[in-house]
Amino acid sequence: MSFARYQPDFLQNLRRLQLPLAAAEVAELKAGDLVSLNGPLYTGRDQTHRRLCALLEAGEPLPVDLAGQLLYYVGPTPAPPGRVIGAAGPTTSYRMDAYTPQLLALGLRASMGKGPRSPEVRQAMLKAGAVYFAAIGGAGALLSRCIKKSELVAFADAGPEAMFRFEVEDFPAVVINDLAGRDFYELTKK
Amino acid sequence: MRMIENEAVVAAVRELAMRAARDLEPDILDALVAARDRETSPLAKNVLELLLLNSDIASREKLPICQDTGVAVVFAELGREAVVRGDLEAAIQEGVRRGYRDGYLRNSVCDPLTRINTNDNTPAVIHLELVAGEQLTLRLLPKGCGSENMSGLAMLPPSAGKAGMVRYVVDLVLRAASNPCPPVIVGVGLGGTMEKAAMLSKKALCRPVGEPHPRADAAQLEGEILAAINQQGGGVHGFGGCNTALAVHLELFPCHIAGLPVAVNIQCHAHRHQEVVI
Repeated sequence: MSFARYQPDFLQNLRRLQLPLAAAEVAELKAGDLVSLNGPLYTGRDQTHRRLCALLEAGEPLPVDLAGQLLYYVGPTPAPPGRVIGAAGPTTSYRMDAYTPQLLALGLRASMGKGPRSPEVRQAMLKAGAVYFAAIGGAGALLSRCIKKSELVAFADAGPEAMFRFEVEDFPAVVINDLAGRDFYELTKK
Repeated sequence: MRMIENEAVVAAVRELAMRAARDLEPDILDALVAARDRETSPLAKNVLELLLLNSDIASREKLPICQDTGVAVVFAELGREAVVRGDLEAAIQEGVRRGYRDGYLRNSVCDPLTRINTNDNTPAVIHLELVAGEQLTLRLLPKGCGSENMSGLAMLPPSAGKAGMVRYVVDLVLRAASNPCPPVIVGVGLGGTMEKAAMLSKKALCRPVGEPHPRADAAQLEGEILAAINQQGGGVHGFGGCNTALAVHLELFPCHIAGLPVAVNIQCHAHRHQEVVI
């Protein structure tokens, strides 16, 4: 199969969002929008969430200030020689639901993964003025190309579950939960 | 008796692990292209386009299709006229270890209690079967957990019948929603005992995508379940449209007169599988 055959032109015409997201820009997002993310974000999945919340409970400082930031649920494959990172698509978000309200209370502005969030998380997002994006699950190689920089931030011993800071460019994502309380997954239900 | 060298198994499994992570086979690629061509939702169509682009990039740039390079599930069919020198299972584990290391694949296996990573993606889950002949067939499926977590099993009463079985499978897939990365492939094991049904549901995923069951009544049931899922489901990634599932594969085995075990193993659209015959 030829590369050209699968070079979708709609990727060039996506609405560009700059990270970290400005509050005004977040307010304009609508469930179902396909956008492109550009700029820095933080990553974390099960272990990072567990450890961040353990630090909070112990009253200790977090390795980074999450206020205003986007947290991407991903556990990448190791970077082969000459690459920034390996495959890096989203993991399923519901496993983070137990921890997300605590991070939203710190000012987290957006999260990104795949699959629906719990009613508690949706409520906490509305209260915090935060949105939730779905990245394209199972598109780890494509999304790897959108990650221009990767650096380890914390929890190195957790391996693929460590916390990283990525710089992304033209990273496609779909708005699932917006500030009007809409949930795109519910809108598409038959 | 034909002797198969241990090192040949190690090398073959190493290669299978790397290839499976990067290269989708024609059966799943064709199914994704067909899904794109019939897709009714513009967003879902675009996403299917991205999935095809993704598989192209993975193959060309030798990157995993998905960062969840899974637990390595290995189906080994050993011919009764063949003998593997040394320990066959140890050879498979060593092949997995090398493949995941040399292919820059993710170590995703941990102790269930301590959650400590084994750091080499072993142990693989091995299913060994004796078959006719003097060959060794190795089939490797890297199974991601987004879809595995959405799988399930029910010990239905015989009174539930076909309708009850269909309802259980369809409800399970609908409840999974966008979590398992739809469009999914649904493996259904019907009959046997509890563990037999579960095994059959995984084995059902080894059939080429969309190939109907040889038994007409089973094939018809596959079609019914698929239609029900795609009528009611949320579509590609839950973004709408008509492609929640690409195929339903049913495997049957006679069961106890008092039982109707139904196991459902869900597979994501990144349906990675590779096979080699030694």
